[in-house]
Amino acid sequence: MTGLSLYALTGAVLVGFGIYGLLAKRHLLRRVIAFNLIGSGLFVFFGASAARGETVDPVPQALIITGIVVALSASALAVGLIVAKARVSGRALLPEEDDDA
Amino acid sequence: MIDLATYAFTGIGLVFFVAGTVGLLRFPDVFSRLHALTKADNLGLGFIALGVALQAETWRQVAMIAVIWALALLAAGTVSQLIARDALIKRDGR
Amino acid sequence: MTLLLDAVLCVLLLGTALAAVLGRGVFRAIVFFIVYGLLLSVGWVRLEAVNVALAEAAIGAGLTGILLLTTYGKLTRVSAEAEPDDAGVNLPVALVSVAVAGALAWAWSVLPEPTRPRAELAEALPRAGVENPVTAVLLSFRAWDTLLESVVLLAALIGLWLLGRDEDWQQRLGVPQHARPGGIMTSFGRVLPPVGFLVGVYLVFIGADEPGGAFQGGTVLAAVGLVAALAGLIQPPRIGQWQWHAGLVLGPLVFLLAGVAGALSDSGFLGYPEAIAGTAILVIEAALAASIAVTLAFLVIGPPEKGHRE
Repeated sequence: MTGLSLYALTGAVLVGFGIYGLLAKRHLLRRVIAFNLIGSGLFVFFGASAARGETVDPVPQALIITGIVVALSASALAVGLIVAKARVSGRALLPEEDDDA
Repeated sequence: MIDLATYAFTGIGLVFFVAGTVGLLRFPDVFSRLHALTKADNLGLGFIALGVALQAETWRQVAMIAVIWALALLAAGTVSQLIARDALIKRDGR
Repeated sequence: MTLLLDAVLCVLLLGTALAAVLGRGVFRAIVFFIVYGLLLSVGWVRLEAVNVALAEAAIGAGLTGILLLTTYGKLTRVSAEAEPDDAGVNLPVALVSVAVAGALAWAWSVLPEPTRPRAELAEALPRAGVENPVTAVLLSFRAWDTLLESVVLLAALIGLWLLGRDEDWQQRLGVPQHARPGGIMTSFGRVLPPVGFLVGVYLVFIGADEPGGAFQGGTVLAAVGLVAALAGLIQPPRIGQWQWHAGLVLGPLVFLLAGVAGALSDSGFLGYPEAIAGTAILVIEAALAASIAVTLAFLVIGPPEKGHRE
């Protein structure tokens, strides 16, 4: 049981790291990575909760696989937007944070 | 007896991995680092695969471990070639 | 001993994640994120989720890694890869992060014991027609989610294509690749695809009874296509080619038709008669895997770009 708590706490801290990167870092590609870390941390938390009990619950596992695939498609759309933005403005930053780069 | 052999082989494999990692961290340029990584790690992976294969229950599992090892070798060799070529181009100018 | 393994793994996960967030330079962040994904797939094995481990290694680390690296290359071309200096600690944001992580940790400590009737699942599984419980959930018990997910993939791809420049619309997809004929990448591109194709198809078919499935297998097939394109062995297609459109909608369409067929018989929408459930799931999975392969490969190579050699 302690092993599972270890993974759940790791998931919680991963979410924290992701939130920090998403809000404190300004480069948009870094933000996409941070956003993926938030999702991934939640998956770990969810996966650890699925492994409690005598047998592993397959429902959360199936939802996590769905989540991983959706995270990839969202990331692909996000980096498409970043590249389009960078080609127009020459920077991969949001406009209001573009002053001192 | 077989467990002992597994410990021995994976142990040797780990030594190679440590050597490769030390090389990666300590060697001065891209080429010698790649040398350390691919040489040491491929051999290390081979020993670990050998050690794990001794624990396999069926020949099918042994074959799968062998295929995985071969694919890892192929990928590592290709990637290190590509990295080395890129580093060469950057060093000598385009 | 196993607890020690888990502890080391968690420390490595946190270390690589931290490096991906704070490490100097975006390139470093990408590399650490890929390493993180590979370590996490080991973690999924430890959590007895081998199906998820396969998906994490193939999609979370593999395809996402290619996607991020390709994007980094595109940003380098317009000199947009440099990061503004935000190395200093942003205290308010750090406090928010700690608060959320703390709240999650607290939530774990008060989670109720799982009360879901396991017996119910054990009773339902033999009727699903497949032995892999995760596949049974994905394609039978919660088939709705999976059907809509395959549509989400399509929507993301259409959104991504809309970001292409008007003048490039007729061009081939993705940034042109230049592989030296007879070079190492070309040889690699010749050796890997047959093996990868076999592995991908194997994963789809074995998914009925053992870890694997349409998503994992489809991703491997997508990777095969990407390697062949990187090696210059195949040219990426154009948006207007109807064969590829057919490939994109095949999976969702077969899934939907099977669902409607279930509704017309008395099994209900997305329900399969017990006698043919196994076969139905296999057919849907094969079609889904083909569509997932095409969609994911297109998502990763991006909108059309000029400069392809004909």
